[in-house]
Amino acid sequence: MLRYVLTRALSLGLSLVVASLVIFAMIEVIPGDPASFMLGLNAQPEAVAALRDDLGLNGSLVTRYLDWVGGLMTGDFGISYTYRVPVAELVLERLQVSLPLALYALGLSTLIAIPVGMFAAARQGRTSDYAIMGATQLGIAIPNFWFAMLLVMLFAVQLRWFSAGGFPGWDEGFWLAMKALTLPAVALALPQASILARVMRSSLLDVLHQDYMRTARAKGLSIAQATRHHALRNALIPVLTIIGLQFSFLLAGAIIIENVFFLPGLGRLIFQAITQRDLVVVESVVMLLVFAVILVTFLIDVAYAVVDPRLRRRR
Amino acid sequence: MTRLPAQLWIGAVLSAALLATALLSFLWTPYDVTTLNIGAKLKPPSAEYLLGTDHFGRDLLSMLMEGGRISIAVAVLAVGIGMGVGVPLGLLAAAHRGGWLDEVIMRGNDLIFAFPALVIAILITATFGPSATNAIVAIGIFNIPVFARVARGGAMTIWTQDFIMAARVAGKGKVRISVEHILPNIANLLIVQGTIQFSLGILAEAGLSYVGLGAQPPIASWGRMLAEAQTMIYSHPRLAIAPGLAIVVMVLGLNLMGDGLRDLLDPRIRRART
Amino acid sequence: MIRIEDLALSIFGTPILRDVDLTVAAGQVFGLVGESGSGKSMTALALMGLLPRGMTTSGQIWLDDTDLTKLDEDAMCAIRGRRVSMIFQEPMTALNPVKTIGDQVAETLLIHGRASRNDARRIAAEKLTRVGLPQDRFPLDRYPHELSGGQRQRVCIAMAIALHPNLLIADEPTTALDVTTQAQILDLLKELVAEDGMGLLLITHDLAVVAGMADHVAVMRKGEIVEQAETETLFRNMSHPYTRQLLDASGHVPDGQAIPQDTPLLEVRSAVRDYPLPRTHLFGPTPQFRAVDEVSFTLNKGESLGLVGESGCGKSTLSRAILGLEPLQSGEILLNGTPIAPDMPHARRAGLQVVFQDPYGSFNPRWTVERLVAEPFHLLGSRPLDWRDRVRDALAEVGLDPDAMTRYPHEFSGGQRQRIAIARALILRPELIILDEAVSALDVSIRADILDLLAELQSRHGMGYLFISHDLGVVRSITDRVLVMKAGKIVEDGATEAVFAAPQHTYTQTLINAAPVIPPAWKEA
Repeated sequence: MLRYVLTRALSLGLSLVVASLVIFAMIEVIPGDPASFMLGLNAQPEAVAALRDDLGLNGSLVTRYLDWVGGLMTGDFGISYTYRVPVAELVLERLQVSLPLALYALGLSTLIAIPVGMFAAARQGRTSDYAIMGATQLGIAIPNFWFAMLLVMLFAVQLRWFSAGGFPGWDEGFWLAMKALTLPAVALALPQASILARVMRSSLLDVLHQDYMRTARAKGLSIAQATRHHALRNALIPVLTIIGLQFSFLLAGAIIIENVFFLPGLGRLIFQAITQRDLVVVESVVMLLVFAVILVTFLIDVAYAVVDPRLRRRR
Repeated sequence: MTRLPAQLWIGAVLSAALLATALLSFLWTPYDVTTLNIGAKLKPPSAEYLLGTDHFGRDLLSMLMEGGRISIAVAVLAVGIGMGVGVPLGLLAAAHRGGWLDEVIMRGNDLIFAFPALVIAILITATFGPSATNAIVAIGIFNIPVFARVARGGAMTIWTQDFIMAARVAGKGKVRISVEHILPNIANLLIVQGTIQFSLGILAEAGLSYVGLGAQPPIASWGRMLAEAQTMIYSHPRLAIAPGLAIVVMVLGLNLMGDGLRDLLDPRIRRART
Repeated sequence: MIRIEDLALSIFGTPILRDVDLTVAAGQVFGLVGESGSGKSMTALALMGLLPRGMTTSGQIWLDDTDLTKLDEDAMCAIRGRRVSMIFQEPMTALNPVKTIGDQVAETLLIHGRASRNDARRIAAEKLTRVGLPQDRFPLDRYPHELSGGQRQRVCIAMAIALHPNLLIADEPTTALDVTTQAQILDLLKELVAEDGMGLLLITHDLAVVAGMADHVAVMRKGEIVEQAETETLFRNMSHPYTRQLLDASGHVPDGQAIPQDTPLLEVRSAVRDYPLPRTHLFGPTPQFRAVDEVSFTLNKGESLGLVGESGCGKSTLSRAILGLEPLQSGEILLNGTPIAPDMPHARRAGLQVVFQDPYGSFNPRWTVERLVAEPFHLLGSRPLDWRDRVRDALAEVGLDPDAMTRYPHEFSGGQRQRIAIARALILRPELIILDEAVSALDVSIRADILDLLAELQSRHGMGYLFISHDLGVVRSITDRVLVMKAGKIVEDGATEAVFAAPQHTYTQTLINAAPVIPPAWKEA
């Protein structure tokens, strides 16, 4: 088990190094000089020179890369050019919206999808299965930002139960903040839940046809008992992968939803940074997101080993 | 002839209908969408304007028809990039399974997966300028690892089969085996994945246009129609319905088609039927 | 105590079973024999109440005074595992990979409410010890993947007997196992029946297995029991022609085999093949596994040479090296005096062909038969102009119509596919054909036909056969000489009859003793 975790951790470290190189290179290849790019075409040469100095662009590639990575590791993400505040501060502030939103949406989608997927699998080939599968097809096909607009039209414009957007901040009270995140979370969760329910269903159906399910039935377990004791844990293995991928997607993929609801989250930060050419923010936040994805992948690999004993002693 | 699965029919009809209207828009649309007619702005649906008009007095139906073009073109080309690059990579990796080449290709794949697709797509389009071409490239890049993985996974199971051994005994090399034996046997997987990526491409293009990074005016696009509709969501919610539905129908049609094709092409299901 | 009366089964109107009557008494081993598709497994599933959906049943299944066909699902759950239990063919997949063996055995006790959690674990340990998995070597917290196939089948048996059922159904329990493991599992089952007094319904395709195990035998064909009697009586009388046909086919010896010449065709000299194993230390050297260890032998022109060994002994690795698909680490392989290696010229490769075990995996499902059979022409650089005629001739030689050419492999039965595979191997008139378990997946009657075909082709064309098999009976009936392989080494090499009559190496003796046989006296009519 320890060896398995260590090997995975090593591969996590390697991926991070490669990813940081890729991101660094990506920012480097952006046409023209980052400083003049950030300031636009009509910038004064003095301003450009000053910014270059500011950004440390006058050093060699290697020192700049090492400075950046070294900064990342000590929590120094640089200073945002447009906001004039440390990027780390910005990110922390935005994470207070994005992280709860991602978790909220993921929680919703998991809580809905797993029972629904199980139910559909149990009713395979019957009307209720077809109905659920049809509904999930629709759920996948609806663009989440459009669904968000529909939610706004219904719950904010018509019924006036929720506000159409904005975030009061956690200081205004937990429930108020959660309420502001509800419509965005529902909009984000719907397609995710649809995908997850389908994965759950097909994974469970796969497992239900395994030989060991027949063995369990031959021992005297009812279908429900056999499903509970033997199928679920095996069926959850692929579901886990999808949940992990969805978490990372929700963290960054909320960009558009955050725009619909005017939420001051990480996605909106990076979107604005890109459009305002604030490359310091872009570079560091993208790295942070990649780190999150790789970390989640690592955690899922470890979770695999917990669920599946076959992985523990291999390698 | 075996009976085609119902979802294949429904899916094919839905997506073909939208494709047909998009193609028709090259020849004819009820109104020209590039000319603004402020006098006719925000008209409700009528015999004259079947779906009504927007705040510039443009006919919504005409815009929908033209908007389909760009969505479909972006998605098709992005799938093309993904397949064209990803499938050979996946086949190559499977042919050298366990070797360093396999390792490099698959780790590279994982790395692309680790990048937040939408963020990078936004970065690419923002950097190189918002345009349909850059949207295609941005979406296409993220299709590559998907197809590489599907191709490799499918190819790996084929490589273990005896008929591959027979081909090797007949003196055939890895490339020839990959083309003659592996590719035809994973074609069904690729077609199914192709329709899925196609539908995801439609959604991605809509998202990029929605935030203003897709095709630029005067080219009509479903995503931008929604973005414009959002500004009038209180006064004219009607404007947001039609473009959204167009996206849903297109994506739903493609997904149903993918599912139907999987049922039709899955050898296990087909064997049960014969 | 278990009695099936007039059992009939059908699925959507298609009959699967008809008029099945059988009785298994306490302490009795009842053998149910039949070829694939005869309905023997369906009979077992009907007994368990585990038939696939859509089946309609009629008739009665009496367990003492209860008619199981009348019970609802809850009542059947209470019967399964407690009064009637079952083990299956494929032990590798029969256990839940994410649960320990202790939990899986204890579950039988817990689910029927027969023990507390602690007692269940204690009893599970006892049962595992009883089936030959003592606690010091196989503690309860082992996972299935840490056990071999035979050991997993023992776990399945422990689960099945945990509550002293009245009847144990064993559906091909040893078909997936090696012959020595098979013997051990069969001995265990016999012992359990004798000690516990339960009935055993042993389902198998192998007449020799029932001959050694069963008190009473029923022979099934196409959903009907054609004959049943006390075992020795059944073998001595063979009152139904189908039973006789099965028996003849199972011991079939093809006649008219070629006489081997004295010139060597294939020479294997000190061949060594190593595989890298996964590293045990992150930066340590890659450990090697020696799959083929200093193997030397010669196969003469026109000779049928058998290569016998259990799974994992290296026989498949050796065959891949002989086919020139994998390199040797040392030693050499010569065909007609010229070396065989992965980089040899195509013309030399043309002298070698192969037929595999699995009649389903041997063909690209998207190719027509003519394209499949013509594939070896690739070795000639291009297809000859008359390639279609030659494909037609090859198909005719293996007994297939020329109209097969434009059809796809899935349109043929297993036996026909094996004929297509032979046609493909034959098309270039190779000097050596490797038959890698080529008849192992076939029913006995079809197997006999294929063996006849192989013998006939050999006498006509005089090619050499390297006949790789785990089945001693088949090897004995078709080969001139036999090699016995164990752990990468050839441990015995001699004329087939001599080896079978007086095996020299202890391993060969073990193998021959382990193989179930029908007592010769029973076959004398």
